[in-house]
Amino acid sequence: MSVPKDIQRISDTVWEIPVSHKAGMLVPARIFATEKLLSEFDDGVFEQITNVATLPGIVGHACCMPDGHWGYGFPIGGLAAMDPDHGVISPGGIGFDINCGMRLCLTNLTYGEVQPRLRNLVDRVAGRVPAGVGAEGTVRLSRDEFRDAVEQGARWAVKRGFGWKEDLERTEEGGCLSGADASRVSEKAVDRGYRQIGTLGSGNHYLEIQVARAENVFDPETAKVFGIVLPDQVVVMFHCGSRGFGHQVATDYLRVFLAAMQGKYGLHVPDRELACAPFRSPEGQDYFAAMKCAVNMSFVNRQVILHRIREVFSEVFGKDPKDLGMRQVYDVSHNTAKIERHVFEGKPRELLVHRKGATRAFGPGMPGLPDVYRETGQPVILGGSMETGSYLLAGVDTGDCTFFTTAHGSGRAMSRTAARKRYRGRQLQEQMEERGIYVRTASWSGLAEEAGPAYKNIDDVVEATERAGLSRRVVRLLPMGNVKG
Amino acid sequence: MTSQYRYLEEIATADVAFEAWGATKEETFLAAADATLNTMVEEIGTVAPRERRVFSLAADSLDLLLFELLQELVYYKDAERLLLRVCDLRIEETGPGYRLHADAIGETIDPSRHPLLADVKAVTLHRLSVEKTPSGWHAVVVLDV
Repeated sequence: MSVPKDIQRISDTVWEIPVSHKAGMLVPARIFATEKLLSEFDDGVFEQITNVATLPGIVGHACCMPDGHWGYGFPIGGLAAMDPDHGVISPGGIGFDINCGMRLCLTNLTYGEVQPRLRNLVDRVAGRVPAGVGAEGTVRLSRDEFRDAVEQGARWAVKRGFGWKEDLERTEEGGCLSGADASRVSEKAVDRGYRQIGTLGSGNHYLEIQVARAENVFDPETAKVFGIVLPDQVVVMFHCGSRGFGHQVATDYLRVFLAAMQGKYGLHVPDRELACAPFRSPEGQDYFAAMKCAVNMSFVNRQVILHRIREVFSEVFGKDPKDLGMRQVYDVSHNTAKIERHVFEGKPRELLVHRKGATRAFGPGMPGLPDVYRETGQPVILGGSMETGSYLLAGVDTGDCTFFTTAHGSGRAMSRTAARKRYRGRQLQEQMEERGIYVRTASWSGLAEEAGPAYKNIDDVVEATERAGLSRRVVRLLPMGNVKG
Repeated sequence: MTSQYRYLEEIATADVAFEAWGATKEETFLAAADATLNTMVEEIGTVAPRERRVFSLAADSLDLLLFELLQELVYYKDAERLLLRVCDLRIEETGPGYRLHADAIGETIDPSRHPLLADVKAVTLHRLSVEKTPSGWHAVVVLDV
C-alpha cells in the first residue's frame, strides 16, 4: 500500500491530497480516516479520488469515507458535490446498483424469544425473499405497471398493500425521488427489472436478524427514539438495491455519456468509467430522470422485502406484525445523486451531491428528516460483515464538512478472488453456527467471499466517522441469523 | 481447450477483474465471454445447449465491442434468466468501427444443476482494454458484482 507522499494531515482524521498532485485536479481530495485506516487503504482509492477531483463543476473537496476502497470511476466511499449549473453528472459517481441501500426494522422480541425459532425464521425468510443469480420475485406485474411503480417508489408498494404508510416517512426522501420519468428508461432496463421486485440479489447483499445487547447501546436516549428499548432486543437489517433495472439504466447512460462527452461537450476524464455530461444538458437531465426511476425501484424492492419479513415473523410467532412491534427504523441510500440544499462558503446553495458507497447523514433539525428524528439527527444504518456486526448511528451537526455524508459499511479489505482462495463457504457456515450465527446462502463461494476478515474492522470505521464528526454511535448490532444473497 | 482467462486479485477490491487471451481477436472475445459466465456459475460445463440467441453488435472500438458482447450476457441473465455460452463468433472491421456476429447457446438458470456464484450487475469501463500482443490478443475486464 502506498499513501501518496504529498498527502497532508489536516486534523486527527482528515487527510488532504493537494491539487498539485495530479494534472487537472480542480479541488483537493480529502480522505476521512484514522492513521491506521489510511495505511490500510488500497492504491485504487488514491488514484480514483484524485480523478474525481478533476470533474467539472466539483465544489469543496472530492471526499472519501473511512470505509473507502477501490471501485470503478469513483472509489467506493466517494462523495462529490457539483455546481448544478456548471457541473457534470456522472453515472460512475453513483454506481451501477443505483440506490443500493439499507433498511432496519424493529421487533419487540428478545434474543431469548427468537433464538429457539431462529432456523425456522431464517429458512422461511430465505424462501420468501429470493436471492442469487437471476432470481425472480413474487410480485407479478405488467411492464406498464412496473413503469408506474418506478415513478411512484415505495408509495406504489404501500398502495398495493406491501407495508404501512408510516414506513414512507421513515425512508430517505419518503421512498420516492420526485421527477422520475419512466419514458427516459429503455425497454431493456424494464426487461431486466420488472420481474425482480422483492429480490435480494447477490454479492454483499444480505438480510440479517440481529440483537442489540444492552452493553452495545452507546446512547440510550437516542436508541429509545430509534425504537431500541428492550434488553437484547431483536431487529432485522437488510441490504439490497435496484437489481437488473438499475444496473441497465446505468449501463445505458454510460454509453450515452461516452458518446457525447468528448465530441459534443469537449469533456475529458481520466477514466472512461467517469463518463459524464453537463447536468443541465439533455443527456444529463435524461439520465437524472432515469436514475430517479432506479432509485425508486430500489425503494419498492426494499418495501416489498420488508413486507415479506413481517409476514414470516407474523406466521412464526402467530401475531400481527404490529403486535410484534415491527416498525421500520429507517431506510438509507448508498448510491445516488441528489439535488440538496447545503450551506457552502457561508451561503445556502443548491448542489448536486453524488454519493457512491456513502450514506447521507443529516444532523438534528435539518429539513427532510421526519419529525420523530428532528432532535436526534438521521438514523444511519451501517452494515458490517456477517461475522462481526453492524451499527446504528446518528447524523450530527458537524457533518457539513462532507455535505452531511458518512460511511456505508465496513468496506472491503480483500478482493473477492483472494477471499475465495482463502475461505471455504461450507466450513465458514459451520464455524459461524458454532458461534450461534445461522447462515443460509444462495452460493457457497459467495459466502466465502463475505468472510469477516475480507472486510475492514467496522469498529475502526465507526470510530473514524465519530472522531471526524460525520456521525455518532448509537447501537452496535450483532448477527444471529443471515440470509446471504 | 484450456480456459484462456484468469481472475485478477490485485485490482478492484469489491468487483471481479479478469484477463483473457487468445491467438486471435475472436478467441480472446470467446475467452472473455466464458470468464463472464464463469463469474456467475462455477462450472460452465453444467450449462446445457438448449436455447440459442443470436448477437449482432457494433462499436467504434474493439474494447467497446467486447463491452457490448459481455453486456448481452448480463442482459439475458436477468431478462430471460438464461446462462449463455458464446460460440461461432466473427468480428469484421467496418471502416470507422467493428461489427460482431455470434451465436450464444445455453439454458435457463436452474440452481439445482448450476452451482451459482455472483450475480454480475454490469460490465465496467474501468481498465477495460483489448490489445494486440506479440503472441496474439489480450483483454482486461472489470465486472461489477
